[in-house]
Amino acid sequence: MLTLTINGRSHTVGDEVDPQTPLLWVLRDTLGLVGTKYGCGVGQCSACTVHLNGAPIQSCQVPASSAVGQQITTIEGLAPNGAALTAVQQAWIEEDVAQCGYCQAGQMMRATALLARNPKPTDDDIDRDMSANICRCGTYTRIRKAIHSAAAKIAKTGGAA
Amino acid sequence: MSVYLPEFMQKLHAQRADEAASLSRRGFIKITGLVGGGLVLAAALPKGTHEASAQPSGGASFDANPYVQIQPDGKIVLYAKNPDVGQGVKTSLPMIVAEELDADWQHVEVRQSIIDAAKYGPQFAGGSLSIPMNYDLLRKAGATARAMLVAAAAKNWSVPMSELTTQASTVRHAASNRSATYGQLAEAAAAMPVPDAASVTLKPQQNFKLLGTRVTGVDNAKLVRGEPLFGIDQRVPGMLFAAFAKAPAIGARATSANLDKVKTMRGVKNAFIVAHQGDPISFNPAAAAVLSGVAIVADSTWNALQAKKALEVQWDTAQASSDSWTNAVTQAKSLATKPAAQVLGEGGNVDAAFAAGKTVEALYTYHYVAHSDLEPQNCTAWFKGDSIEIWAPTQTPQNAVDAVAALLSLPKEKVTLHQLRGGGGFGRRLANDSVCEAALVSKQAGGIPVKVQWTREDDMAFDYYRPGGFHAQKASVDSAGKLTAYQNHFITFTMDGKQPVSAATIDKTEFPANVLANNRMVQSMIPSKIPTGPWRAPGSNVIAFCIQSFLHECAVAAKRDYVDFLVDVMGEPRATSAGPFGGGLHTGRAVNVIKTVAQRAQWGRTLPKGRGLGLAFHFSHQGHFAEVAEVSVDANKKVEVHKVWVVADIGPIVNLSSAENQCQGSVIDALSTAMGLKITFEGGKVEQTNFHQYPLVRIDKVPDVDVHFLATDYSPTGCGEPAFPPAAPAIANAIFAATGQRVRTLPFSVEGYSV
Repeated sequence: MLTLTINGRSHTVGDEVDPQTPLLWVLRDTLGLVGTKYGCGVGQCSACTVHLNGAPIQSCQVPASSAVGQQITTIEGLAPNGAALTAVQQAWIEEDVAQCGYCQAGQMMRATALLARNPKPTDDDIDRDMSANICRCGTYTRIRKAIHSAAAKIAKTGGAA
Repeated sequence: MSVYLPEFMQKLHAQRADEAASLSRRGFIKITGLVGGGLVLAAALPKGTHEASAQPSGGASFDANPYVQIQPDGKIVLYAKNPDVGQGVKTSLPMIVAEELDADWQHVEVRQSIIDAAKYGPQFAGGSLSIPMNYDLLRKAGATARAMLVAAAAKNWSVPMSELTTQASTVRHAASNRSATYGQLAEAAAAMPVPDAASVTLKPQQNFKLLGTRVTGVDNAKLVRGEPLFGIDQRVPGMLFAAFAKAPAIGARATSANLDKVKTMRGVKNAFIVAHQGDPISFNPAAAAVLSGVAIVADSTWNALQAKKALEVQWDTAQASSDSWTNAVTQAKSLATKPAAQVLGEGGNVDAAFAAGKTVEALYTYHYVAHSDLEPQNCTAWFKGDSIEIWAPTQTPQNAVDAVAALLSLPKEKVTLHQLRGGGGFGRRLANDSVCEAALVSKQAGGIPVKVQWTREDDMAFDYYRPGGFHAQKASVDSAGKLTAYQNHFITFTMDGKQPVSAATIDKTEFPANVLANNRMVQSMIPSKIPTGPWRAPGSNVIAFCIQSFLHECAVAAKRDYVDFLVDVMGEPRATSAGPFGGGLHTGRAVNVIKTVAQRAQWGRTLPKGRGLGLAFHFSHQGHFAEVAEVSVDANKKVEVHKVWVVADIGPIVNLSSAENQCQGSVIDALSTAMGLKITFEGGKVEQTNFHQYPLVRIDKVPDVDVHFLATDYSPTGCGEPAFPPAAPAIANAIFAATGQRVRTLPFSVEGYSV
């Protein structure tokens, strides 16, 4: 039995789930939080990125058991239950970043963590962090633009990423 | 003629035309002709039969036709007919309807339509055809609905229709200062007769308000909140999760496995062998075909995958592939020195021109590549005895229905398919192999809902790959530096010894054979059992690299600037022969994009040592595209692509945001693929397993991509593919300009280059 704190809520997972199951599959299959995506299963593409205590991690590489007692945030937790969108989410809509959109949850989670740590990232800062994530459609130009745009929104409103 | 379209699409068109003709005979729809490969339906579309929706004001909805439903509260529901796999048609197709309807886009809600050939004609995502096949049809759908709303207002107010105008979902009578919203008119409009097709007028292009603007994707809000949209997100009550293990050597068949042991593993509910069905090696979206394997059905994806790892399977390899890429290269090099097996086409006197001029010869090689959609293949199916329900992110939903009906011996009406967003397509999801698998697994598991989930490793090992191939080219230039003859000995692969494998053909009228009197297109084939299929801009995606690089070699040999040389090869502005899906290369349009891109990139400017500009042109999918790349190359052959300029003529733009995104993405996809992607195989087994061996580019390697569309009034054509082909040769030509070194292999990493 595992108790996970996800998006501020406590979830208990029964003994039918192997505690070594990667967090990704517990989120998707056991808890139905399917916003976090499976892309490679080997920590290469970062489509599965979530936050552990605010830091981006590849949830396909982290056993659920090791996330017990920590704060897990998924894409569903950025603006939960219809709450106002974050600056990153707004920028992703306005810049019309997505093509297929499959990688974008992971991209937004990593961008959110980047901006929380570094509210005004340079292109090099963006390259350093965001090169962990693959976009097969090649929307990188707009990902970069959206991060700068979100940074500008945050600077203007003084809000969070 | 470069309109390369997969053979299956031609079949699909013929089949849907037959079906539509049959429906027409039954009085549902009128076909007025075939334009751009699309069925052009008369405006007498069937009146809508949309699902009932809650009516807050108690009035009735106006179901104008299969694309338009106007609700009494003013909401305008537009139905998107084709699958969206990232090409943006769920937004752009309804925009076309909204333009002619004069709908305020803020009032519009887009819904994915059902799969129904009778209502929607062909529904698929391929060949960059969604826009050209549906443009006229959707304009008429919008204009017809608008005409009925106007007719309703005219009747209500007893004024002539000619005095009424529409704007922002409102009909207005200026003379009496009356207006009514579409919602207010919905019930009355529903009672109006459907106007005759000829009486429905379309807007002049200069009056467009919505088309050509930037409209953000209709699913963006759901995407950013992580709401379920994709095939992989599908959940059905009681659903189990399945993994499917196939033989390493493609085409081997499972004979036995340690099923008893696997069934005891955590969460495993069932495990069984699935027999080989049909011909899964040959690409055919409508085929009832499955590669044999072992299915494991479990209570979670992870438990299914753990059990898959513990599987021990005996495989019958009698009919499996034993192909070797290394051997293929050796054979091709040998074939290139011999006379070709087949003549595809010949014109003029090639040998005389070769004898009279200065000749250039080169062999170009390209590897196989995988599609690598970021969402690995998956499908959810629920076999219910005499029917089946399927949730699939497929590019060919109608073919999927055909395939499953044949596979399970069910009537097509008993196959219900829900089309879901695909996490990338690029041609991979034209094939319905994962759909057939899921259907069989659900049936063999006893009729329970099952999601079959491929791993990344499965996705890379069992693709319908972009075929590899070889172009042994020869050309001559005269003393004036003009191209005088062109010959291409194309070396490709075959399964049946008669035809090339899927997406591995070249047309005898490929540029420059179509504009040059002396031309010879010949072909030899190497036997293969590696599955191949369409991959973004099939054919063109490699042909452009081979030919545009080689023509650049010719220009260099002729000591001429490539822009001048290429413009010269194009000759007088004229349309070349048309293909089955529309017009062929138009040399005038080609020259326009070539000259414009040269201007935008400041072609001819002096650059520092180690830095160069390269240009390439390619016509495909009815789109004329020219691109310039600016690159630096260091002493270790490390390439930096600084900027790429794209200039396109695809007629009027539907959604500027999406069209620009597609072009930028195509260039980045082409950069990625050209620099480092290859699939190799030995003993019939693919050697690459995951992204660590298949290095898609990341954000730190991506250049600025400047996209410019020429404003022309040709019929609008598609944008998901044609920006891809010119990018690799533009980069290769720029590498030559920077270094004097010619790259003749895709990917360039094989020749020691890296990004």
